[in-house]
Amino acid sequence: MSPILTAILVLGAIGLILGLVLFLVAKKFHVDEDPRVGQIIEILPGANCGGCGYPGCAGFAQACVNSDSMDGLKCSVCKSEVMQQIAAITGHAVQESLPKVAVVRCNGSCQNRPRVNTYDGARSCAVAALQTGGETGCFYGCLGCGDCVSACKFDAIHMDPETGLPVVDQDKCTACGACAKACPRNIIELRNRNKLDRRVYVSCVNKDKGPVAKKACSAACIGCGKCVKACPFEAISLENNLAYIDFEKCRLCRKCVDECPQHTILAVNFPPKKVVTEQPAADAQPTVAPAQDQEQKNS
Amino acid sequence: MAQKLFISTSPHIHCGDTIERNMHWVITALIPALIASFIVFGIGALIVTVTAVASCMLFEWLISRFLLGRERSTLGDGSAIITGMLLAFNLPSNIPLYQIVMGSLVAIGIGKMVFGGLGNNPFNPALVGRVFMLISFPTRMTSWPEPHQLLSYTDATTCATPLNLIGQISGGNAAAADSLPSVWNLFLGNTAGCIGEVSALALLIGVIILLCKKVITWHIPVSILATVAVLTGIMWIVNPDLYVNPLYHLCSGGLMLGACFMATDYVTSPMTHKGMVWYGIGIGFLTVIIRFFGSYPEGMSFAILIMNAIVPLINNWCKPKHFGEAAK
Amino acid sequence: MSNTFKIGGVHPNPSKLTANRAIEPAALPVQAVFPLSQHIGAPAVPCVAKGDQVLVGTVIAQPGGFMSAAIHSSVSGKVAKIDTVIDASGQRKPAIFIDVQGDEWDPSIDRSTTLVQQLNLTKEEIIERIKNAGVVGMGGACFPTHVKLCPPPTCKIDTLIINAVECEPYLTADHRLMLEYPDQIIVGVRIIMKALGIDRAVIGIEENKPDAIELLQRKVMMVSGIEVMPLKMKYPQGGEKQLIEAVTGRQVPPPPALPANVGCVVQNVGTVYAIYEAVIKNKPLIERIVTVTGDSVKNPCNLKVRMGTPVSQIIEQAGGMPEDTGKLLSGGPMMGRPLLGADAPVVKGTSGILMLPEKVAERREERNCIRCAKCVDACPMGLEPYKLATATQQQDWEKCEQEWILSCIECGCCQSTCPSRRPLLDWIRLSKNKVNGIVRARQAKK
Repeated sequence: MSPILTAILVLGAIGLILGLVLFLVAKKFHVDEDPRVGQIIEILPGANCGGCGYPGCAGFAQACVNSDSMDGLKCSVCKSEVMQQIAAITGHAVQESLPKVAVVRCNGSCQNRPRVNTYDGARSCAVAALQTGGETGCFYGCLGCGDCVSACKFDAIHMDPETGLPVVDQDKCTACGACAKACPRNIIELRNRNKLDRRVYVSCVNKDKGPVAKKACSAACIGCGKCVKACPFEAISLENNLAYIDFEKCRLCRKCVDECPQHTILAVNFPPKKVVTEQPAADAQPTVAPAQDQEQKNS
Repeated sequence: MAQKLFISTSPHIHCGDTIERNMHWVITALIPALIASFIVFGIGALIVTVTAVASCMLFEWLISRFLLGRERSTLGDGSAIITGMLLAFNLPSNIPLYQIVMGSLVAIGIGKMVFGGLGNNPFNPALVGRVFMLISFPTRMTSWPEPHQLLSYTDATTCATPLNLIGQISGGNAAAADSLPSVWNLFLGNTAGCIGEVSALALLIGVIILLCKKVITWHIPVSILATVAVLTGIMWIVNPDLYVNPLYHLCSGGLMLGACFMATDYVTSPMTHKGMVWYGIGIGFLTVIIRFFGSYPEGMSFAILIMNAIVPLINNWCKPKHFGEAAK
Repeated sequence: MSNTFKIGGVHPNPSKLTANRAIEPAALPVQAVFPLSQHIGAPAVPCVAKGDQVLVGTVIAQPGGFMSAAIHSSVSGKVAKIDTVIDASGQRKPAIFIDVQGDEWDPSIDRSTTLVQQLNLTKEEIIERIKNAGVVGMGGACFPTHVKLCPPPTCKIDTLIINAVECEPYLTADHRLMLEYPDQIIVGVRIIMKALGIDRAVIGIEENKPDAIELLQRKVMMVSGIEVMPLKMKYPQGGEKQLIEAVTGRQVPPPPALPANVGCVVQNVGTVYAIYEAVIKNKPLIERIVTVTGDSVKNPCNLKVRMGTPVSQIIEQAGGMPEDTGKLLSGGPMMGRPLLGADAPVVKGTSGILMLPEKVAERREERNCIRCAKCVDACPMGLEPYKLATATQQQDWEKCEQEWILSCIECGCCQSTCPSRRPLLDWIRLSKNKVNGIVRARQAKK
């Protein structure tokens, strides 16, 4: 037999045997998958952020196919068109929900909240929160180690080196909620985007009594309740010395903003007010961020 | 309260150990071997060592500064100096400068920095550089100058190393046994070979420094040397005509250098004592196999690199004994 | 060769500056503060209101459950308010504030110093008295003592171990206690032996306290069943599990097993003294020995301090806080907790107040792990701290659990030996907390 023939036979035989093995293995381990799952995965963003509550986009797609309706199934990252496409694939009606954005509820910049101690342990908010009250007198506010920044898969949250607080880039934020979950102090909240991304919120989570909170941070909510009285829509509640604005009820009238003696309530993305209020200029740091400024500023 | 207090949690004190302290002790421990090589090979040994150290440090600085864009270079920790010294110690003293520089580039660049610098490299950087040179410049890498030509560098006359001779003996050339130096000369370093590996005595002094300063533990060197001694001993008992006695093996070639300084590299060795012993046995076994059956006379570099690759597995297999496990 | 534990351990510089300083009484505070959670378990529930008059020894807070302890006033005066205070945990916690007026003691407390040897109480009476006195473990963990003296019925206890090791650098509170109250401690040991119904007790003392070893050895010669065992100097010799291994050679299995599972109960020597006072003298836990020390402290000393005294006051008694203080600790340098300020009160677990100079206190910059395996060598529990810290950074809680993270005793050996200065224990504490939560949630499901 010529060497060429031997080679052809041997290689051919190996190829045949391997092909057979592959065929058998593929047969044995075949998994039936709904083709719709693949279709949905294709139109999902694929960031695997977990904002929907499922383990990654594949898990969400599977859940969409398995579920009887689209109740509670919402990819927080996708626009509503994408959700409609998914609904078309699964054959269910889509659930309309308002777009949201992550909001950092802390005003404790270096200026407002003086540092009284130095934390030099592991750079992680989770570690810091577990071990100590933090560097400042406020035991509720931002710890400044940036767990939210590392949790964000969309590069939408960054630490402001001046204030030491995280700043959300509202254009990039998809409201997946990863930062809110990562924050050990629950400072970050997902709130409605509203028209023109206008928001009014209490930028503080301090539950201490007024004097204690005020001593720790000059912009802390002291629980005075003035905003509650000022609100014509009963959107503000006061609990544990802390005011909270329900974004479902808030009509963005901004009455509370003027009322707050601590300038804790922030209103962002509103045009600047025409009438200058009579507050002394030194104390009244601009609580209303200029409209052209796209990011929340805590002054 | 005037003072700002630190509020990080316990432990609040530290034994004072630093990366630098460990590295500096390793460098100190290499000095006796450097002195021995200077006595044996003269000016060539110094030229090669200085070139290797300087180029390793230069490449580390360049890469960390410009390629990785790190503000603070990791040059200060001394690991580049050790890489340079170990690389030089694995070269013959008559090797041309440009080859050393290329070897250093591979050692630092491919051996260490591509993985993210000190602590992340799976392989011993000096050995990566050495093996690269062994494959790229085989003639220069396998011709060793005769000892005691104190003033010559690349022009030194060359001769066979004891390991070449040992290889020839096992090949059936009984006459080679006559030119084999005595064990005592091998132990002192009065023989041909790479710069750092010639004097077993100087290396032993170095390793005793490391052990006393608790920079390394005894597990790796002892298990390597014991494995080699046992395996070569068996061969010697079986056929003393073809195989030389284990003392020759222990004192010749890169075994002592490898066992004491290359295999004990923190980054590329296992994390538990049990793992270290297995790692040492593996290196010893592979070295003997390559020495007896491989085409290269020396197998230490390959043995260490192969075992480096297995270290992650060893770390998974060999766990420290967990407190209370026995009682369960 | 003295006994010791087998795996790991480190040898920090002992720095026992105050070993030869006799215990002095600390001045009464102007206002005493009593945090409601001074122990492990449920916080105590206040049973006084603003304006109430209290005496020394009056109960001001009742236990909030079985796993809890009562709190007694250590001063006489008027309850000023019930508010929050930043305690040694670094958090703001509820506390009772009492304005001090005079020093009037509850008449039921026997204030004489005569030594009483007779003991005519039953097991139950002893435990009841200990419980009523609010005694908790004085070593730092503050485990309610009455809970420890009621081991699960399935475990047969045969050995009582008295932890007089004091392996933490700087601290000398237990050492001085042994030198100045040896007879009371022996009686205390006998009380606990009776409460547990056993006839063997071992007092473990580290070799760096030869005077205490010699004194106690002389005292126990006449008492049957009690033995003094010198132990090798090695940290964490005073860890409960390490001490049991050193003394008996038995290893406590991994959690949730307790020392009782290997037939041992461990009590701190400070607790023993507190038990003596509670049972014999009817005196609740209102005072403790606190070592106030630090390398640059002018007058380091051992003080007998009333609970609730602000730390700043006893620092003044030791010559004031040095200029270069960088860290103020409650406890020793290996396991102590950093205080946010000197306003925190002394509580049941405050074994020492340590002022570390800034250059010691500040951590150096963290570097890459160089895999030197020193943390693995140092870990007394046979864990791999480098692996646990990395898995925590990756939030891989499952791996942490597989790697026995719950066995970690937080002794700090790993971090104190790391040449790369990685904050290993910081990370391990985080994942211990997370894994504990996961395990609890899993058990709750079942």
